[in-house]
Amino acid sequence: MAKVEKVKTPKPQELSQIDFKPPTTDWMDTPTVIKPGNFCWGGKEKDLLTLGLPNPRQWSPADEDWKLPEGWESTILEGMAERLAKYRSFKIFMDICVRCGACADKCHFYIATGDPKNMPVLRAELIRSVYKKYFTTSGKFLGKLAGARELNEDVLKEWWSYFFQCTECRRCSVFCPYGIDQAEVTIIGRELLNLVGLNIDWISGPAANCYMKGNHLGLEPHAITGNIETMCDDIEDITGIRVNPTFNRKGAEILFITPSGDLLGEPGIQTCMGYLMLFHELGLDYTWSTYASEGGNFGFFTSNDMAKRLNYKIYAEAKRLGVKWILGGECGHMWRVLSQYMDTWHGPADFLEVPKSPITGTVFENASSTKMIHISEFTADLIKHKKLNLDPSRNDHLKVTYHDSCNPSRGMGLLDEPREVIKAVCNNFYEMPESTIREKTFCCGSGSGLNASENMEQRMRGGFPRANAVKYVKEKHGVNMLANICAVDRAALPALMDYWNPGVGVTGVTELVANALVMKGEKERTTNLRFEDLPGKGGDE
Amino acid sequence: MKVLFSLLAVIVLILVAIMGAYTTSLHYTFGIIIPYLALTLFVGGFIYRVVKWGRSPVPFRIPTTIGQQKSLPWIKQNKIENPTSTLGVIVRMALEILFFRSLFRNTKTELSQGPKGPILAYGSAKWLWLGSLFFHWSFLIILIRHLRYFLDPIPFSIQILESIDGILQIGLPAVYLTDAFFLIAVTYLFLRRIFIPQLKYISLAADFFPLFLIMSIASTGVLMRYFYKVDLVAVKQLAIGLATFQPVLPSGIGAMFFVHIFLVSSLFAYFPLSKLMHMGGIFMSPTRNMISNNRMVRHINPWNQEVKYHTYEQYEDEYRDKMKKAGIPVEKE
Repeated sequence: MAKVEKVKTPKPQELSQIDFKPPTTDWMDTPTVIKPGNFCWGGKEKDLLTLGLPNPRQWSPADEDWKLPEGWESTILEGMAERLAKYRSFKIFMDICVRCGACADKCHFYIATGDPKNMPVLRAELIRSVYKKYFTTSGKFLGKLAGARELNEDVLKEWWSYFFQCTECRRCSVFCPYGIDQAEVTIIGRELLNLVGLNIDWISGPAANCYMKGNHLGLEPHAITGNIETMCDDIEDITGIRVNPTFNRKGAEILFITPSGDLLGEPGIQTCMGYLMLFHELGLDYTWSTYASEGGNFGFFTSNDMAKRLNYKIYAEAKRLGVKWILGGECGHMWRVLSQYMDTWHGPADFLEVPKSPITGTVFENASSTKMIHISEFTADLIKHKKLNLDPSRNDHLKVTYHDSCNPSRGMGLLDEPREVIKAVCNNFYEMPESTIREKTFCCGSGSGLNASENMEQRMRGGFPRANAVKYVKEKHGVNMLANICAVDRAALPALMDYWNPGVGVTGVTELVANALVMKGEKERTTNLRFEDLPGKGGDE
Repeated sequence: MKVLFSLLAVIVLILVAIMGAYTTSLHYTFGIIIPYLALTLFVGGFIYRVVKWGRSPVPFRIPTTIGQQKSLPWIKQNKIENPTSTLGVIVRMALEILFFRSLFRNTKTELSQGPKGPILAYGSAKWLWLGSLFFHWSFLIILIRHLRYFLDPIPFSIQILESIDGILQIGLPAVYLTDAFFLIAVTYLFLRRIFIPQLKYISLAADFFPLFLIMSIASTGVLMRYFYKVDLVAVKQLAIGLATFQPVLPSGIGAMFFVHIFLVSSLFAYFPLSKLMHMGGIFMSPTRNMISNNRMVRHINPWNQEVKYHTYEQYEDEYRDKMKKAGIPVEKE
């Protein structure tokens, strides 16, 4: 295998020079360039073996030879036939696009690269052209005139390149007059690629970890408790209060599940400390699980079956522990999976009860079937009923804006709950421009498993529209903190901000809550959860 | 190349039509057989395509939520763009189908270089929405107006429609607004494919062909009305004959009619094979036509795939010692 040099990411000045002029050659005749800095390493043999995925081998996308299995063409075509029969969405989306182009400049990757194959319409056309050739009469007879083309290795490589340059954010689907959802096309495209062993390490690695160890980071049970213990130590230092979370405890009322990204690295751990403090303050009867220790689902970026396999643990563990309902932490794609897939895969969750806040008595009828609610729904309800003693002035040094994660926005509709929370715990809140928030929010550029380090240039490009909107409120209002409810955001946005908008920090919403939360019996706080001096309290302020 | 090919294809169709129109012995074929054939292909093909879509199940409920979900009682739900009721979905679909709601959202992204670095701006872009709306509505009204040839007596509603459509009372016969709108809109839809480089890049022959075909249909219709007049009584005789399955071929209809009806037949026959099927597909798009009540009502997947799991028992077997050391309760000591 060729050794791939790590490349230096170009400067923002350079990256923002974007050429929107299409190439002179027709897209079918324009070869795909697999360029360092713009792609992720291929999936590792050991991880594919762990997951039982096809064609496990060591390979590199930078090599000429991708070591495809014998007869891969028929595998792909049979896979397409199977999925056309299984998913009406796929079939309809292949058939009805009129190429009106409304989706084109809605995609963050197109806006930031100017590469026409990053227009959702053309990204879909990459697979639609093959569909036409093998599954439609017009394509069979008219060929290229009908937009059809043969499947070959170059086409397959092109798929791999562009389906891993789509973050499944669904923004295009908002603007499409037929609701064609490129996320759906990418999801199926990636499934097909996985049939012949084409995937990326940043997805198959975490998926394998999650399958065997319960979470993407591969934290073993004692590491989870250890990490959380350390956070409890920090909380004690800051507040003088010892919180005592429990693990795998049977008979608890609530099972709490959050992405494992919150268990390691800043600013994820501060969000996690926020959960711990909030639940302690409420005296919540809840438990963590080391087995179901992942809210996110990188299986969702592999195949439907893999997503189902990873998601299984949530209900299974809730049943084993005998809890009444499930509370979920801040995560993006996790909530699309929980909202639109989990109940179909593993329901009915008739062993659980409709979630009812033990503090306010609110019954969450909107989750009467899944029995799982979002921490922002839970917290917004607490705040509305004035059950929290809050001192928002502790966040006065922050000028906060809020980034809607793609999936809770366009795969769920969780828009106002986190805003209510933020407004209650921060005095300075500013919205980004209307075209870049809520259902029209821009992706962080690293979603759907693309937050690796080897594709940093691609990530910085993909996040450019998001970063540019942050820059707008930074310049207009002096915004210095980007709040969000997603673990991938917390991992990806700090690098994006450092690159485009130095000086803007990144925080989970629950971290803001915990900083403002006046806990019973706490000592006078002098620092926030990051051990930075509180406004007016520290020596240097 | 793609444009040229599509244009040539339509020119060939027109030539064939002219040949038919000026060969009296072919009038029966062009006036009766081909229209019936085209209609059969259209209806049969349309149904076939829709049934084929319908045969693929919808395994997951995947609406694109374009507004606030239903959650806490004091948070205002967007009942149309994130609908939890059938009524909400009906309104959502009606807005999409009748008024192109999603296209109305369209924006234009512009990148500029400011003194403090790059600036992305999102401007309003309603032309595509407007053009499409005029195109489709005009098309529909023109189609409805044509019922005057198939119905005797002409229903009052169609007469009203015609008089509104001809309200300007310019020319004789009066110019129909929809004819003008239709020609302008279809020309706009064509020109944007030529002059917007990105759009030209993604356009296929299959995008230009129907535009040219529709343009030629509209043009022959207009020509027939104002310049190359045809015997309308004879046309109506033929149309009613077709509609009642008692086809008659009156003589002396006029050549332009045969050109027009052949082009219309071509469009009908081509329809089910093409992207024009978006007409049926828009009703069935799962991101728009599903109730967004996933968390309240379980959606059933008919093929819910069996998969392999890593169970808690397997997990505990692997980590029991480590769990015990960390003070985590276990099932088996």
